[in-house]
Amino acid sequence: MTRAVAGLGPILLAQIRSEVRLRWRVPAFSASNLVLPVVLFSFFGLPFVGKTTPRGLDVGVVLLTSFAAYAVGQVMVYGFGIGVAMERGQRIDVLMRATPLPPAIHLAAKVVVAMLFGLLAALILFAYGTVVGGIRMAPGLWLDVTARLLAGSLPLIALGFAVGYVAGPNAAPAIVNLIYLPLAFASGLFMPPDQLPHVVQRIAPYLPTYHYAQLAWGAIGAAREPVGTSLGWLAAYTVVLLWLATRAYRRETSRKFA
Amino acid sequence: MSTEPVVELQGVHKSYGEVQALRGVDLTIGSGEVVAMLGPNGAGKTTSIAVMLGLRRVTRGQARLFGLPPDDRRARSRVGVMLQESGVPGVLTVRELIDQFRAYYPCPLPAERVIALAGLAEIAAARVSTLSGGQRQRLYFALAVSGDPDLLVLDEPTVGMDVEARQRFRQAIRELAASERTIVLTTHYLEEADALARRIVVVDHGIVIADAAPEAIKARLPSKRMRFRTATTLDGDVFAGLPVTALEQLDGQVRLLSAEPETVLRELFRRGLTLTDLEVAGADLEEAFLALTSRRGERT
Repeated sequence: MTRAVAGLGPILLAQIRSEVRLRWRVPAFSASNLVLPVVLFSFFGLPFVGKTTPRGLDVGVVLLTSFAAYAVGQVMVYGFGIGVAMERGQRIDVLMRATPLPPAIHLAAKVVVAMLFGLLAALILFAYGTVVGGIRMAPGLWLDVTARLLAGSLPLIALGFAVGYVAGPNAAPAIVNLIYLPLAFASGLFMPPDQLPHVVQRIAPYLPTYHYAQLAWGAIGAAREPVGTSLGWLAAYTVVLLWLATRAYRRETSRKFA
Repeated sequence: MSTEPVVELQGVHKSYGEVQALRGVDLTIGSGEVVAMLGPNGAGKTTSIAVMLGLRRVTRGQARLFGLPPDDRRARSRVGVMLQESGVPGVLTVRELIDQFRAYYPCPLPAERVIALAGLAEIAAARVSTLSGGQRQRLYFALAVSGDPDLLVLDEPTVGMDVEARQRFRQAIRELAASERTIVLTTHYLEEADALARRIVVVDHGIVIADAAPEAIKARLPSKRMRFRTATTLDGDVFAGLPVTALEQLDGQVRLLSAEPETVLRELFRRGLTLTDLEVAGADLEEAFLALTSRRGERT
């Protein structure tokens, strides 16, 4: 008797390989995820390199960390938001569902590849900041910041999923931009929070990206809240956004496959 | 070898809201059978396939695949499918996609064999988004056979294929059928069902209206077309009780289909009808088949 089903390991690997190719070849992912943060950092970060914050921190290091948070968060929100909407729009999900590919493996591959691209986006940014910006930041710090950003990205993955199951494939890129850019701006990822309009400063502490950034700033001593607070907020947002994403997924499934 | 049915649908009803897509389908398909499900658009073929594969849940009744619930991974590992209106990522190449699908199955066919079987050798390195409709259809066929499945389920497989691709597809189906695989395909062309299958299941308005060998199905069709003129306009009563379908009258010209033209003529003469310019010819198979299904439609 031959094996009844294929091993999960090889399926996961094959799925990861395809997801990597997909991310790499679709400019909506590769260009906006890997190049855009560098471009934005050149405009909004580089001019301030060499200055020192009122609390005595190197502005270059703070901005590089902020833009890394923007970059990794973007990989998650865009990858899942646009990716899932595209799969639904092209009805890739229909054929996949008829194969023995377990849905959990399908999902796991997406998460693994999103982590890989998040890591890559952060490393490109750090390398750029070091080589072009001349920012001196220890590689140990890079890794600490990146690890915090990857570990804290769950609510942003959930946000991406929720958008991906609600939005159509054409609307999804616009919707993720409309959600993520204001979130990033208001959370102080592009400029220090105390330079933002007062209204925005009052709203910021309630946004998931604000606490996401705090988590990263914690690595360089620039956080304005204890790590526990950031993690608590991120966990709460994960629960709420996962609930929304699951609802949207269930609604979609009962329409298409019930 | 187990003798359990490969596909088993028992009294399957399926409703989409108010619409009843299936109204009690019974269908058992054994190992090694090649079955064509035939019917006009909206007859319930695609829904039957979806229920068979566990892509849709039954409203009432039962569906089993290899004796398992259709969405069981062990069952799905033995099935290859080609669906209508399904997609694959356009930025992957043909070969990459075939390799991805091969990984899903415990004993896949070698990639080269899959590519040869589907006639994709020249475009194996091409991105999926650059393929024509017919090439894409061949790719879907390749994905369906990549796992070396015991059961192949093909929903409207030849849509968009040109004549040459269609020939090659038929050849591939015959090869697969010769190696004891079970094949279920849907089509709305009788000619295609006849060419490929050894059993035809005619579905119409959500039920199976015929289930037999192609010869038996064809024998039951109103396979002769009759045409004649009459001096007077006939009312429908003249044909009451006669085995005729697709009856049309226009300016004294009468056209109809029948399986028994001799009986019809004898009876028309007995009823005192005078007719001229009589022609009796073999009807087009498609035309005859459509008459069979649409006649049922009028009755409901």
